[in-house]
Amino acid sequence: MNKVPNNRAWWLVLPMLALVAFSAIVPLMTVVNYSVQDVFDANTRFFTGTEWFVKMLNDPALQAALARQFAFSLTILAIQVPLGVGIALLMPKRGWRASLVLILVTLPLLIPWNVVGSIWQIFTRGDIGLMGWSLRQIGYPYNITSSPLDAWVTIVLMDVWHWTSLIALLCYSGLQAIPEAYYQAARIDRASRWAVFRYIQLPKLTNVLVIGVLLRFMHSFMIYAEPFVLTGGGPGSATTFLSQSLAIMATAQFDVGPSAAFSLIYFLIILLVCWVFYTAIMNLQKDRQGGARHD
Amino acid sequence: MDWMVWTLPTAIFFGVIALLLVVMTTWELVSPTRERRGFLPISTTRGDRFFIGMLSAAYIHLAVVGFTSLSLWLALGVSVVWMLVLLRWG
Repeated sequence: MNKVPNNRAWWLVLPMLALVAFSAIVPLMTVVNYSVQDVFDANTRFFTGTEWFVKMLNDPALQAALARQFAFSLTILAIQVPLGVGIALLMPKRGWRASLVLILVTLPLLIPWNVVGSIWQIFTRGDIGLMGWSLRQIGYPYNITSSPLDAWVTIVLMDVWHWTSLIALLCYSGLQAIPEAYYQAARIDRASRWAVFRYIQLPKLTNVLVIGVLLRFMHSFMIYAEPFVLTGGGPGSATTFLSQSLAIMATAQFDVGPSAAFSLIYFLIILLVCWVFYTAIMNLQKDRQGGARHD
Repeated sequence: MDWMVWTLPTAIFFGVIALLLVVMTTWELVSPTRERRGFLPISTTRGDRFFIGMLSAAYIHLAVVGFTSLSLWLALGVSVVWMLVLLRWG
């Protein structure tokens, strides 16, 4: 029998769809329109076809920014995920200590991006900043405005400082959800600390970790305010990431055509990554349910 | 609608996408999809395969535009064939 599920409830989504159309779909369509034209003002525009796309895809500066972007996102993930898991494992499970540590861990997440950038900008200054001054005192010529390596390390440090808490909090909630019975069983088996982590805690954390990695990847892939305030993308273009390249093009130079083409490419990359992660999460859950049925 | 700076090609582009969505919806109403496993490593519904096809079509077009001097019609042809292969065997 071919049963058609009753789909009439979908009509209830219409008001939301109208809102999303107004705020997202129509603007996105406008971006597509801009990307194939050279627009000077409301009345002067020329059809350019794929010219902007060719230009953007072959622009060495943008290719470099894209490579830097991936390097940055992968670096911070490689640091933040293990560090976050480690912090979550060390956090107290209950009592006033748990509350206190939770508040302390959450604090960096509450600071706005621009403020984080400013804090680190001052922190790293050679004359008045604690870190900049100390490093110079012990003989390292630390200078984020002239050394690309210093700038990179500082931006990575800043991101780790700002966002590791997110992974830690997600993992902490994941750990809290593990029933005590698992640990009791492990104690009966005299499982080592490592075995408990490897065979109980880590498998139970998979779901929150996938979400954490997805969130952190998206966040870091769109990072803008922090490096902008801290280094302004310099020295040279050593820390110019994709968003900043786009912002310079769209607002400073007012090249709406090329920036529209670039935005669409950016959007497609993010869409692909999102979809891959989403599918991965969904399939993990499916496998788990399938596994449970076989047990 | 003039502020959206429409051009004929973009109007056709969105028209075709809207049409495809309507066709997919009608198809679903007439004969609902069953989730199945084809040559793709994951089990998919018809809508999943459609989405995968559209996304890869975008990448195929970008690759042809950006890194070759081949005609865009070739990219379109490859995309359509790929979409049909996906929908049938994916």
